[in-house]
Amino acid sequence: MLVLEGEKVTKYFGGLAAVSNVDFHIDQGEIFGLIGPNGAGKTTLFNLVSAALVLKSGTIKFKGEKISGLKPYQICRKGVARTFQSVKIFGNLPVRENVLLGTLFGRPTTAKAANAAQETTELLDFVGLSQMSAMAARELTLVNQKRLEVATALATKPELLLLDELMAGLTPTEIAEAMELVTRIRDRGITVFMIEHVMKAIMGVCDRIMVLHHGEKIAEGAPQEIATSKKVIEVYLGE
Amino acid sequence: MDITRFTSKKFLIPAIISLVILIAMVTLPVYGSLYMVILITAILMFVILTVSWTLFSGPTGYMSLASAAFFGIGVYASAILLPTTGGKLPLLVVVVIGGLVSSILAFGVGALTLRLRGIYFAVFTFGLVELIKQVLLWWENSVTGTRGRYVMLVENDVIFYTMLAIFMLLMLTFFFLRRSKYGLAMQSIGENEEAAAHRGINVTMVKVITFAISAFFMGATGAIIATRWTYIDPYIAFYILYSFLPVMMAIFGGIGQIYGPVIGAAIFAYLEEVLLTKFPYYYMLIFGVVLVAAILYMPNGIVGLVPRLVRRLRKGGSAKQHAST
Repeated sequence: MLVLEGEKVTKYFGGLAAVSNVDFHIDQGEIFGLIGPNGAGKTTLFNLVSAALVLKSGTIKFKGEKISGLKPYQICRKGVARTFQSVKIFGNLPVRENVLLGTLFGRPTTAKAANAAQETTELLDFVGLSQMSAMAARELTLVNQKRLEVATALATKPELLLLDELMAGLTPTEIAEAMELVTRIRDRGITVFMIEHVMKAIMGVCDRIMVLHHGEKIAEGAPQEIATSKKVIEVYLGE
Repeated sequence: MDITRFTSKKFLIPAIISLVILIAMVTLPVYGSLYMVILITAILMFVILTVSWTLFSGPTGYMSLASAAFFGIGVYASAILLPTTGGKLPLLVVVVIGGLVSSILAFGVGALTLRLRGIYFAVFTFGLVELIKQVLLWWENSVTGTRGRYVMLVENDVIFYTMLAIFMLLMLTFFFLRRSKYGLAMQSIGENEEAAAHRGINVTMVKVITFAISAFFMGATGAIIATRWTYIDPYIAFYILYSFLPVMMAIFGGIGQIYGPVIGAAIFAYLEEVLLTKFPYYYMLIFGVVLVAAILYMPNGIVGLVPRLVRRLRKGGSAKQHAST
């Protein structure tokens, strides 16, 4: 089953085509990678899917239903959650309440207070933040802030999770842990769509990868195909 | 959200203090002088304006300067409705109408402007007060050909009790709203609105409805206080200081806690009264000095002093405690 489909997705910033006629699809249960040089339009595409930006033309479908044109909170409640390239958490709220917020607001049907509390505990455990649940979110280290952001996204019970550079700024050990976290998320039955610059990570965890360059799709395929594609090497990977 | 939270020890002492103050207030007309009743009514008015301002602007961080507009609309609602119906309309109905009209205006204005961030929202709401004032002035000049209105007189005790009822309703609303999941939503909007939207919060709706609730109380207060003023005109009803004072009082008291704005407004309003009668010439000067000192030395308001004092009393001064501040 297709979880996400984009048809001729296009977005202009002034006269510049940030994303231009991009077609893509993601199957259920996949880890789908999105790579490309800086300014290729990766985050813009994420913003279009999550409705942070309104697309100029084309359509985006989630499980066969058109979602382009909806508001961000509606998209979240449909089952598409995202994280941000620069971590966006609620810094002055305790870690626990950050997650609780997702369980209380981000679902199609409102969770019961008791269930919300229990699931919050479970999610904090899942990302490894149980010990810090009472701390203010801003006091966490970068890697823990990123984990917290993932937990708040998971709290909304998504079927599709968009991860925008989860591994940027992390140490090699932390990257390994993050890769493991991504596969564990997929094992929960959640489809993952991720932007990443860390090649080792993306090649290691993704089932398929799409490459953007100047807003256009230049390649798509299994990691091995991407790594050996002449065009991709030319514009992005380098010799 | 759950009952055990209310019965816990943490709430016992504040609950008892609140109850004592409440009983003292309810019985005030029995033992207090007329001056006391009028003074407390005036203080309550400022407390209501401040708390309702904090209800919306505190957690969301949207600085509203429209308080005078919502307050003034309540004043005018009462000044128009009471005399034209010859006092047949019950006072309580007039007060509710005053609140509702303000609330509806806030809803409309909020839907239009709550996408403006930061300073733009403050400037717009400031402009709203002037706009309504000027429209009313124009209306009175060129349509009705009058200037201002006389408001029907109401007994001081009735005004006091109505004000007290509005205050209590506001405190209950404030308390339950802040502890509900919408309180959490409002805080998250103040922290990071974009992230809040992407976690499934209908940010526009939460903001607009809270703004409208806060305006209801301002309008209701305006409607009841108008009956004490006997004469009102647009300059009196839409006096811009009613926009600024709640902000100052809230900051003075401390926005972080529920009782912060209450204490801030009560002290501030009392101080104003005392200074105005005792030092009529230096009143503004002293007032300014107090305010500057408060902002410089009490960044978290009066309420913020409490934990600092407690820490000092518990033999503070050790390096560890300093590190935790």
